[in-house]
Amino acid sequence: MKKIILKNLFNRRLIHRSLYLLGLLTLSFTGTISAKEYSILNVSYDVSRELYKDINVAFSDYWLKKTGDKVTIQQSHDGSSKQAAAVIAGLEADVVTMNQETDIDKIATKGLISKNWLTRFPDNSAPYTSTTVFLVRKGNPKNIKDWDDLIKADNAVILSNPKTSGNARYSYLAAWGYALRKSGSEEKAREFITQLFKHVPVLNTGGRAATNTFIQNNTGDVLLTFENEAFLIAKDLGADKFDVIVPSTSIEADHPVAIINPVVDKKGTQKVAEAYLGFLWTDTGQEIIAKHHYRPRNPEILARHADQFAHLELFSINDIIPGGWPAAQRTHFADGGIFDQIYSQ
Amino acid sequence: MNAVTQPINPAKLVARQQLALQDPDWVRWTLIAIAIGFISLFICLPLGLVIFQAFSKGVAAYWSALSQDDTIAAINLTLLTALVTVPLNTVFGVTAAWAITRFDFKGKSLLTTLIDLPFSVSPVISGFIFVLLFGAEGWFGEWLIVHDIKIIFAVPGIILATLFITFPFVARQLIPLMQEMGNQEEEAALSLGASGWQTFWAVTIPNIKWALLYGVLLCNARAMGEFGAVSVVSGHIRGLTNTLPLHVEVNYNDYDVVGAFASASILAGLAIVTLILKTALEWKQGNR
Repeated sequence: MKKIILKNLFNRRLIHRSLYLLGLLTLSFTGTISAKEYSILNVSYDVSRELYKDINVAFSDYWLKKTGDKVTIQQSHDGSSKQAAAVIAGLEADVVTMNQETDIDKIATKGLISKNWLTRFPDNSAPYTSTTVFLVRKGNPKNIKDWDDLIKADNAVILSNPKTSGNARYSYLAAWGYALRKSGSEEKAREFITQLFKHVPVLNTGGRAATNTFIQNNTGDVLLTFENEAFLIAKDLGADKFDVIVPSTSIEADHPVAIINPVVDKKGTQKVAEAYLGFLWTDTGQEIIAKHHYRPRNPEILARHADQFAHLELFSINDIIPGGWPAAQRTHFADGGIFDQIYSQ
Repeated sequence: MNAVTQPINPAKLVARQQLALQDPDWVRWTLIAIAIGFISLFICLPLGLVIFQAFSKGVAAYWSALSQDDTIAAINLTLLTALVTVPLNTVFGVTAAWAITRFDFKGKSLLTTLIDLPFSVSPVISGFIFVLLFGAEGWFGEWLIVHDIKIIFAVPGIILATLFITFPFVARQLIPLMQEMGNQEEEAALSLGASGWQTFWAVTIPNIKWALLYGVLLCNARAMGEFGAVSVVSGHIRGLTNTLPLHVEVNYNDYDVVGAFASASILAGLAIVTLILKTALEWKQGNR
């Protein structure tokens, strides 16, 4: 008896649900007649979550007003090289928003991105830049002021894994560049970086995981990460717990973007994907970028937010490694490269 | 030692048993204290912490975290995954256990070993197996692209990975039981004229039903909780391919502590329900 009642209830519910679903389907079909609905996937690196959450809302509004079409942007975040590997393995990203050329180049060699992607948008296809700075515990108890202080005494340095994280590759190259420019010799630079990684107790996959190691697990004396991530923590999350330390020099970190051709061709999202990335260069986009402590390309907007950024001497990757990212990837981060050699020591 | 050379005096044996039961008080209490201390430290404390953190900003914050679109999508995906994998693995498990315990065939021990494979392989590797098979550069990658079928970084991939991980649970519960039972009862049914199907439903199933339910519960618990393998094939698309365990990680990394622990509390709740059902089953089994 009980069983029968239960069965009926279940069936009735099932019928209601299927009717509801059917209704939704018809609605969505009739809806397509007047306005189009798009959904695009933005595959990005680990610490850009908050930025793109805001950008996505702003772009959806903008696109709806401009064209009457509804667009939903889906987000996926993890260590940048892991994300690039996922896109190569078939993760259907319409666009990738990365933090350096290497990962986009890797996808481009598989034919998923145009060979000339660097010139497809202004500013080498990078709508904003950042740099590597330090985050220390409140009051800077270990008195860490510049790169040399990282390798003093028993200081523990936290950063993510340069093999899987673009964020960490910048930290690594910033340290390398500092030592190279100071001493003028690659040997000294190598010595410095070897010392540095002796002070690293753990390597997380992505930048955000490294942050969590530092702020939630209370591990380490100093975190090396992007300026935006450091300011996000020091201003919004733990003003009473952390201080940002700006070293004397650091590396300029371009954050380039690209369109995945086969995906947008298949889904018919070429136009909206192009507009989405282009939106990053608009005043609205650049304002949101500045709000999240990334350095916008628009000089006026950058000037307006000057107090949000560290003031320091920046060098680019081409200043310290002839041949830029491809060369850096080959000699430093590829299997058996300098990073592997010094880290296994 | 004595047992071989001379028979044991039964009186002595009883005395020894009593001695074992009457360990000094301090020994018994220390053992109990260690057990309770261990359980509270490693099970109750973390569980309590999950609940505490989930409600750390009040009930309203807890509910708003749970009613976010992404959280609901994660709960739905987790339930869908369990709903597909558990019935399939129940059928596979019974079939495999039946084949192994009722028939003799070549490669039988190989099959038994293969059933255990998902237990012995790291879940991350299990996930990569599917990427290597169905990824764009994998064995079937080109074919899948040509036919526009999405497996990896979509729901089918998540279900496949979970199916693989949870495969052994039902079979592992049934095989020892069915081996112990032997097949006399089934032979009797067959010789009395029952068909194979009738024998299965009227003789085998009633005999194995508690072990079967137990296996199903364990299978369900793992299907809902699996992280490693699912993480590899998911692609982490918010609101689309994140199961509850992955959603917990996403929230935690977004500095959304309440959200992370609210989702974790749902997972813990599902685990506790499973545990209660399991205890009830064991109690029922013991009382038979």
